[in-house]
Amino acid sequence: MFSRAYRTAITLPPMLWVVVFLLVPYALLFCYSFWSVSPAQTIAHSWTLDNYRELLRVNVYLQTLFRSMWIAARVMIFSLLLGYPLAYYLSFHAGKRKDLFYQLVIIPLWVSYLVRAYAWKTILGSDGVLNTLLQYLHLTKHPLEFLLYSPFAVVLTLTHIYTPFAVLPIYAALEHIPRNLVEASHDLGAPPLQTFWRVILPLSIPGVLAGATFAFVLSLGDFLAPLLLGGPSGIMISNIVVSLFGAAYNWPLGAAISLCMLFLVVGLLFLSESVEKKWSFR
Amino acid sequence: MATTTEPAIARSAKPGTEPLLTIRNVAKSFGKNPVLRDISLEIAEGEFLTILGESGSGKTTLLRIIAGFESANSGEILMEGERLDLLPPYRRRVNTVFQHYALFPHLTVEENVGYGLRVAKASKDEIATRVSEALAMVKMTAFASSKPAKISGGQQQRVALARALVNRPRLLLLDEPLSALDANLRRQMQVELKSLQREVGISFVFVTHDQEEAMVMSDRIALLRMGELEQVASPREIYSHPATAYTAQFIGHTNLLRGEIKAGIARCKSLSWRVGLPEGQALFSLRPENIRIVNSERAPDVNAVSFPGRIQHQAFHGATELLQIICDDQLALSVRTATRENWQGELRLEFLPSDAVLVRESPERG
Amino acid sequence: MELPMSDARSTSRWLPGHAVAVFTFLYLPIVTLIVYSFNGPGVGGFPPRNLTLDWYRMLFADDAIWESVLNSLTVAFAAMAISLTFGIPAALALDRANFPGKALFRRLVLLPLILPGIITGLSLSMLFHEANVKLSLLTIVLGHGTALISVATTEVFAGLQKLDRTQEEASLDLGANYWQTFWRVTIPNLRLSIIGAALLIFTLSMDEIAVSFFLIGRDNTLPLEIWGRLRRGITPEINAISTIIFVFSLVAIVSWYRLRMNAAKRGIAA
Repeated sequence: MFSRAYRTAITLPPMLWVVVFLLVPYALLFCYSFWSVSPAQTIAHSWTLDNYRELLRVNVYLQTLFRSMWIAARVMIFSLLLGYPLAYYLSFHAGKRKDLFYQLVIIPLWVSYLVRAYAWKTILGSDGVLNTLLQYLHLTKHPLEFLLYSPFAVVLTLTHIYTPFAVLPIYAALEHIPRNLVEASHDLGAPPLQTFWRVILPLSIPGVLAGATFAFVLSLGDFLAPLLLGGPSGIMISNIVVSLFGAAYNWPLGAAISLCMLFLVVGLLFLSESVEKKWSFR
Repeated sequence: MATTTEPAIARSAKPGTEPLLTIRNVAKSFGKNPVLRDISLEIAEGEFLTILGESGSGKTTLLRIIAGFESANSGEILMEGERLDLLPPYRRRVNTVFQHYALFPHLTVEENVGYGLRVAKASKDEIATRVSEALAMVKMTAFASSKPAKISGGQQQRVALARALVNRPRLLLLDEPLSALDANLRRQMQVELKSLQREVGISFVFVTHDQEEAMVMSDRIALLRMGELEQVASPREIYSHPATAYTAQFIGHTNLLRGEIKAGIARCKSLSWRVGLPEGQALFSLRPENIRIVNSERAPDVNAVSFPGRIQHQAFHGATELLQIICDDQLALSVRTATRENWQGELRLEFLPSDAVLVRESPERG
Repeated sequence: MELPMSDARSTSRWLPGHAVAVFTFLYLPIVTLIVYSFNGPGVGGFPPRNLTLDWYRMLFADDAIWESVLNSLTVAFAAMAISLTFGIPAALALDRANFPGKALFRRLVLLPLILPGIITGLSLSMLFHEANVKLSLLTIVLGHGTALISVATTEVFAGLQKLDRTQEEASLDLGANYWQTFWRVTIPNLRLSIIGAALLIFTLSMDEIAVSFFLIGRDNTLPLEIWGRLRRGITPEINAISTIIFVFSLVAIVSWYRLRMNAAKRGIAA
């Protein structure tokens, strides 16, 4: 349907930009991971596997990676636990207020991430809102230390950030379910709980997978929350990368870790997509 | 205004026997909008009843109330003496064939059909047996492991039917199940549905807006207009003795003759004939096929009302021709006649007074 | 869909409660911030007391913050321009054209959405390092623009799916060529998606930290300015600026939503 000129005009500019500013940088990332830092604190363009050996040799890297994955897993689970019933309520029970509630879910997404993470810091600190409130109500005598500068704080904050990310695709999937299927299930003798289990849940799986993937992958790569609230026990893999590009000045090592993260994320996306395809019944 | 003495609403199909379903004074409004006003109807065992009406007449709402997806604002529904309307849909011995089939996309055909049985926790063997019976009945055995997305509309409809019937409900509801099919398939399915109903022997309540479909399939037709029952009778009865102007026009074609009865003579423009009805304004329904063109080969019927007319327009309908005739006093009539070459000019026409059926007015309802 | 009255079950009583709890969880930090921005003693401590506007006054006198706001605005508008300029054709290309490397292109364009921002940020910084480009607001603009192309592409692509093709066919049928059809029919119909994308890109750019972190030169953007202060210690000014950011975000999302609803009511493809 389209002329040659039109097609070139719409494909060429974006492709060029993407090649220059996405493909080349990722390729550089790849290269850097095989380079090293010279004693003069410059990047030596000599090819070596040292960085990857370092990753496997020194425990802290793998440890941090696994800790990050564990944190991300918990964020994913809590986001789903909080998000699914909310999405279900919105889709099936909210009626006229559906739009309003949908807006209410989206609004926090638009409020600065930094602001929200900082807000949790003020709430969870030993002088923070929660601790002083608990002491004011005489529920505790001393401030609860674990609330801040711990994996707990990171999981809590990230769950807060990513629950809306989980709600949205689940809500979209639930909205897609034709309501006559629910009626058909009732008609055939299944009460609401069985209808949910046999019809609604299976058909919402693609949305659940999308939400879970978002929550997991985005949490895994997060560096802000651990930095603000994680303390020494809450450091995540991205913090290591950031320090390698900052004070620790080892770009190649940082690149190696980043490349591994990239492959991990792409692998997870691929996995999630192929499972989603199996569960899509259109 | 002269009125007909026949009851328009044959509430019960088989007077003297217990009805399967009794609908009593059911009314339903959506907000301020009344959709059903005071519906009362009985459905007999084993009968094929069609609820016929235009869109907006309330027919789907009535069906959904019987199924349990809506609740009536007032009135009650009884099945075999017990209150049906107090039960949620999953406890009624009623099953529905939905307009767009509503097959579960994530289940195969046989899993769809067996759904109700699995919910009822029937044994694996029983499920397998009954499902294969049901599939055989609708001729879909070959597609048992297919997913709904892979089969055609007509095939989906059969599966929906099997899925409903396998549960052996007391009553089957069908919500315009044939409306998405093309004309030929539709006709074929009408015949199949009818014979299936005879075979299975349970009551079918069928909703449609297609009056031809209603006439072909039903034991009785309940004509619904703006939330009220206009007439309930067998197809032949409703066709030959429509109770109201609306019925006469909705089911088949008709000519509506408005006139006056005085001293036993009905007079409509230049036409007049003898009737045994009281004086007053009157409205008559005269079917186009009951107006005959007089030809020289046949002796005119002595009892017939004979009059001249001029052809305005002729439309070919395959088996018949539909002629638009203008008579004296600008009276316009439709006349249906067997296929012939072009009719021209002035014609002599006649009809029997008994074919002019007295009908009630159909007033607008607020 | 109504359920008969006999169906009121404990699940339907539990669900609204859960919804309220989750909404409370989502809004608690925001409400806390707003309340404490007026708190006399500043951050922390319950209950809040000595309501004051002092922190706001401090904020308005703070030049560094306002400079960073200006920087952020500049970056946001520039990034918007880049993202839309390249994102809209990208969406069209993905929707309608077949070209070699299309699958790779699609994945590449969408990658920054799901990949941790720092990866995009640091690989771009490698590019600038190798090309000997000094880090500045320009590099931040390039970074944001690149990362947010995916937002533009996704929004416009979704809008294209809802677009009525027959309108374009009618335009061609009536004698307009592809370019005229593009400007007279396609773009106007995509107006809503484009505006939505622009709003989203703007807001995301104003809040962007991960990519900016690696590309910053001498001039700070607002989030990085706030970030720097947080590292040095909490000041209640932060509450005040956060509240202001929240108000702006609220206005942005509500207007975006109203736009969509109005268009939906008028039956325009969104």
